Amino acid sequence: MSEKNEAMLRRNQANYAGRNVLSGFLFGLGLIAFIDEVVFHQLLNWHHFYDLSTTAVGIVSDGFFHAFSWFATVAALFMVADLRRRQSFWMRRWIGGMLTGVGFFQLYDGIVHHKWMGIHQIRYGVDILPYDLVWNISAFILLVAGIVIWRQTSQMKKQRAAA
Amino acid sequence: MTTSHYIAEDVLAAPFVLACLLYLAAAFRDTGWPVYRIGLFTVGAAAAVVSVLGPLPRMAHDSFVIHMTGHLLLGMLAPLCIVLAAPVTLALRALPVAAAKKLAKLLRSRFIAIVSHPVTAAVLNIGGLWLLYTTGLYAWMHESALVYIAVHIHIFLAGYVFTASIIYIDPAPHRYSFLFRSGVLVTALAGHGILSKYLYMSPPPGVGQEAARAGSMLMYYGGDVVDVAIMVILCWHWYRAARPRQEEATAA
Repeated sequence: MSEKNEAMLRRNQANYAGRNVLSGFLFGLGLIAFIDEVVFHQLLNWHHFYDLSTTAVGIVSDGFFHAFSWFATVAALFMVADLRRRQSFWMRRWIGGMLTGVGFFQLYDGIVHHKWMGIHQIRYGVDILPYDLVWNISAFILLVAGIVIWRQTSQMKKQRAAA
Repeated sequence: MTTSHYIAEDVLAAPFVLACLLYLAAAFRDTGWPVYRIGLFTVGAAAAVVSVLGPLPRMAHDSFVIHMTGHLLLGMLAPLCIVLAAPVTLALRALPVAAAKKLAKLLRSRFIAIVSHPVTAAVLNIGGLWLLYTTGLYAWMHESALVYIAVHIHIFLAGYVFTASIIYIDPAPHRYSFLFRSGVLVTALAGHGILSKYLYMSPPPGVGQEAARAGSMLMYYGGDVVDVAIMVILCWHWYRAARPRQEEATAA
């Protein structure tokens, strides 16, 4: 890539920095919701479609998250296509956004859905504590990793602007 | 199932057959009308007819899963296919000028503006389903052929108006932003999913526990499939509309 093109790409990436991170974040939400559905509901059969302890507010929250995660996946991919068309796709920043989305949703699912609203548990008929710990700690690590990468790219953007 | 329910089947199927014949006649006279739209209308009309006439509605009387299959065909798949077939555009092209002007004027009317507002359409669509499954309407529909006809007309029309209020294929005089329509679509799908789970735990009167579970899961996942198609089309329209202007594209 010539120097001129590289400078242009960086300028484009900086102009669309927000859209890169938003697209990644939305894709992350959709991706983790999809993994949750396929792996835990369908393949492992650990999660249940409905569990008798489910509260009304739990069903409502699940309904909105489920619907939104579908839309987020589709919208995020169209945003990637748009960013590429504008030659402003920034992979590193996008991944930062994606990991933030994955971590955020998994943590929300693990704390709010499973524990607070009691929509369903990770698995039934076992000691749930290790499952909850693995679930929520891994979610927290993903969330922090995502935010760190995302902040790094923000720093890069500032340095480039100063240079 | 009473004799009047058999008559109801014909009453419900006839408009779709008639509309399909009119559509085909207009489309074949109109050189340059895309073939895929003809295919979509035919598939949409066929899905609607199958759901209201013949073995499916008869089995639906006893089986909630079959009822739900018919509901997905009539209320979601048929409306989507028919919206994508752009019937209003075809009518405007096929009708004599005076009649086309009247149709265009009707589309700009206050009534259409209110009914085709995404929020109104979503409430008519999802609210109608809540009424059907959480009140005595579901049982009443199987008693009275008139109620049966009214409910099925409503399911199709509400599905059609809702789909047309979210994705603009035909001329839409009253337009709303992509973000607004996306929000309404997500909310409506959420309402659909919430109702599915509600039916899982509290079946409509006269529906057994097992049948309600199978039917509600079909409703939940079937709704997802059709709504993802609507989302892809909506986002595709956004992608097309957000195309960078020429000078931007060459500068990049």
